Amino acid sequence: MRHELQLLAVILVITCAEIYYSGKDKSGVVPLSIALFGLHALAGWFPIGEGALFGGMYRTHALIHFLKNVLDLGVLVVVLQTAGWVKKQLVPENRVSEFYLLLWSSLLGMYYMISSGDVLMLFIGLEMSTLPVAALAAYEVLRMRSAEAGIKMILMAGLASAITLMGISLLYGATGTFSLTVLSQKLTGTGLETLGFIFFFAGVAFKISLVPFHFWAPDVYEGAPTGIAGYLSVVSKGAAVFILMILLLGFAPALSGIWIGVLYLLAILTMTIGNLFALRQQNLKRFLAYSSVAQAGFILLGFLSAGQDGRASIIYFVLVYIFSNLAAFGVVHSVEAATGKENMDDYEGFYRVNPRLAMVMLLALFSLAGIPPLAGFFGKFFLFMSAAAGGYYVLLLIAVLNTVISLYYYLLIVRAMFLRKSAHPLPVIQNDYWMRASLLICVAGILVLGVSSGVYDYIFGLCVRL
Amino acid sequence: MNILLLLLIIPTLTILALMFSKEREQARLVSVVGMGLQFVAAFYLLFAFLRERASGNTDDMLFTSSYMWFSPLNIRFDLGVDGVSVALIVLTAIVTLAGVFISWRMEDLAKEFFISLIALATGVFGFFVTLDLFTMFLFYELAVIPMYLLIGIWGSGPKEYSAMKLTLMLMGGSAFLLVGLLGLYFNSTGAADGHTFNLMEIAAGGIPVEAQRIFFPLTFVGFGVLGALFPFHTWSPDGHASAPTAVSMLHAGVLMKLGGYGCYRVAVFLMPQAASEMAWFFILLTGFSVIYGAFGAIRQTDLKYINAYSSVSHCGLVLFAILMLNKTAMNGAILQMISHGLMTALFFALIGMLYERTHTRIVQEMGGLMKVLPFISACYVIAGLASLGLPGLSGFVAEMTIFVGAFEHADAFHRVWTILAVSAIVVTAVYILRVVGTMLMGPVNNPEYAHLPAAAWYEKTGALLLILPIAAIGMAPLWLSEMIRFSLEPIIRQLGL
Repeated sequence: MRHELQLLAVILVITCAEIYYSGKDKSGVVPLSIALFGLHALAGWFPIGEGALFGGMYRTHALIHFLKNVLDLGVLVVVLQTAGWVKKQLVPENRVSEFYLLLWSSLLGMYYMISSGDVLMLFIGLEMSTLPVAALAAYEVLRMRSAEAGIKMILMAGLASAITLMGISLLYGATGTFSLTVLSQKLTGTGLETLGFIFFFAGVAFKISLVPFHFWAPDVYEGAPTGIAGYLSVVSKGAAVFILMILLLGFAPALSGIWIGVLYLLAILTMTIGNLFALRQQNLKRFLAYSSVAQAGFILLGFLSAGQDGRASIIYFVLVYIFSNLAAFGVVHSVEAATGKENMDDYEGFYRVNPRLAMVMLLALFSLAGIPPLAGFFGKFFLFMSAAAGGYYVLLLIAVLNTVISLYYYLLIVRAMFLRKSAHPLPVIQNDYWMRASLLICVAGILVLGVSSGVYDYIFGLCVRL
Repeated sequence: MNILLLLLIIPTLTILALMFSKEREQARLVSVVGMGLQFVAAFYLLFAFLRERASGNTDDMLFTSSYMWFSPLNIRFDLGVDGVSVALIVLTAIVTLAGVFISWRMEDLAKEFFISLIALATGVFGFFVTLDLFTMFLFYELAVIPMYLLIGIWGSGPKEYSAMKLTLMLMGGSAFLLVGLLGLYFNSTGAADGHTFNLMEIAAGGIPVEAQRIFFPLTFVGFGVLGALFPFHTWSPDGHASAPTAVSMLHAGVLMKLGGYGCYRVAVFLMPQAASEMAWFFILLTGFSVIYGAFGAIRQTDLKYINAYSSVSHCGLVLFAILMLNKTAMNGAILQMISHGLMTALFFALIGMLYERTHTRIVQEMGGLMKVLPFISACYVIAGLASLGLPGLSGFVAEMTIFVGAFEHADAFHRVWTILAVSAIVVTAVYILRVVGTMLMGPVNNPEYAHLPAAAWYEKTGALLLILPIAAIGMAPLWLSEMIRFSLEPIIRQLGL
């Protein structure tokens, strides 16, 4: 519970802090928020015991604790990346502390979701993590696209949670319990249970943006403020993957006969459709949206190995993905903030003007594509190993061929940045310290995480239990 | 410290030093020093290896060491070399150093060029020193990806198209390879603690025959793409033609050898039963590569395309010889890799020098160059003669050995394909001699050619670095042949011959 209480304290402090900044200029809230959240993220690494609260509704142990820390890391990077935007856009409108309030409430929801020992708790966490993000997507209210993103997100999320609730009620009807532990013992795979389970699954699949629940992602990413798009594609997706992993591998192995088939199919669809749509994108935010749909498809491979290695490969991949994808979003964000441009053509000749940013982007894209010796290579390799461990070689072949397709579109951006010369290149971009720090963290993660095996070994050790 | 580790540390440090270098002069100096050190280290390795063997060390792999990397999955970084890998490491060091000299006048983004070039070389060195499938795959991809930038930024002609085609086809190959390697891992039984990526352990434990039948074709095709196996060779002509000089050299000279080496070291060595069962099919494909490449080269007028197709033919011959699955032919295959690596690198270096002066690569537009550019022309003749297998140069030794080995098979199928492949060598003579005749001999057909500058010191150094070993192997092939022959013992044991 310490994680949740800490974050709650941070939220409350920031909500009240605004009062103490006299006058119109409340920009002091930004560094205070970053500092407080940084402290929170740091404090999260102190070890914590395991246990359960509220009659088993809430539970925690070392692995869950680690998952929360991973999410903290992602949010920290997002907070750093959005600092410049918050100062420029939100401070004049005096809407700063609400921004942090919403962002962190959503994170709090994810904590509860991961820690839930009970289906209802899980549902509350799911809702709590989704609704504030819809508000955030619409945060640039006066921009029509942003408002559109918000409404799109809330409608789709509403539909998804309705379906989830339907699933929960069916599961309850079939087994008579909400407790995950009891549920896992009672599940036998009858028709009603299967139906309930599939409904339930759809709600989570929406958050991971698996095909065919992915339609909202490109529109929302494109319309939402870039920092929020990054948050959606990394933190929100990561949390949903974690909970899916805990549910499927931890509590529903009895139903694995059903969900392995579902995941097999969805993995193929998600990878292929995400990749094929990404091929034709010009807008980089839409592009990253489809690429992150495709990446979600790869993550599903990790579910096919029931052992410790499968779980470890999922968590490790999400961790790597946080760094790689947020690095890419960071560069897109800084270019957009400086020039308002977000099309691939605009990046022509980027390296010759902004060599450092271009290098960050190159590393991020290569890591996403799985090129050694960057972290993404190891992440993907371990996922592929999980699929092979389960004996799914055909799926594996489809997946690796999909990585080749994905390499094509990642190289398209590399082509624009490095190969092309432009008559009207982007200007030299000066980032603030926050953005630089966030990119530095990401690059360090991309470079170090794979080559040094310590992190993977550590995660593997934690995956003894779910 | 293990000398093999040094072969990885030197290029890595060179890349780091390059990142902090400023001007072109500084960057190329750093590169030459770094790759010069690497050159020395490679030859030191060669002599250390020969000394070990002379002192009676008969282990399969020498200079082995093993570092645990991802212990839960038993992924290790295992180092070790035999005669084959030592020979290829020396080849790589020679070609890389020559490539740096040839790129001496690189104008645009020189620092980035050398970083990418040396990153590519690092991948190749890593591939040859490792005994572990995981790191082997890692270095394979590391060697391929810089090609995209190298061709795309510094290339010529339809460079974006060629770069993309090459990268995607090679990565497509590596996709098949990945499935094959994971299949090997999960069917391995040799390790004491679960599965293993270690080549020697997998070989010792053996792979079940049913699994071999699935994963042999995947692995062979995966590596074969890089070795220009028909019909996956189409990246090669376009890629070579668009690449800048040093990259063509490294690519044709060294990178394509990764394919042959992988087929030999992984596909055939680890899955001998499937290899003998399916060899006939791949002999068809590779035999076709040999003939098709040779006839393709005849039809070309662009010097780079001629050599690219000739590379398809010669690399096809490497795979063809490996698939003969006997000691003599395999010995020839390794010799051919080295000989072809040196000779093609020399060809591409010379083509680059010619193009810089005449601004054309079309054979018919040049004439009488022997009179105005004697050094370059003479080198070209030497490379050509080595390519068509003149005794006294390295090409003869390699091809002779291959065909003797191939003829050891007495059945009609092997005989017919061997004869067809031999006939491709005659075709080689046609296109080489025609180029030499049209381009180098005769009267000077363009008055502007009279003022062409002679080869500069760095060009001469680069060319001589490549010619000397070609002649040395041609004159005294026995020590090299012996070194390789001894290292073939494990694979022959595996094949049960």
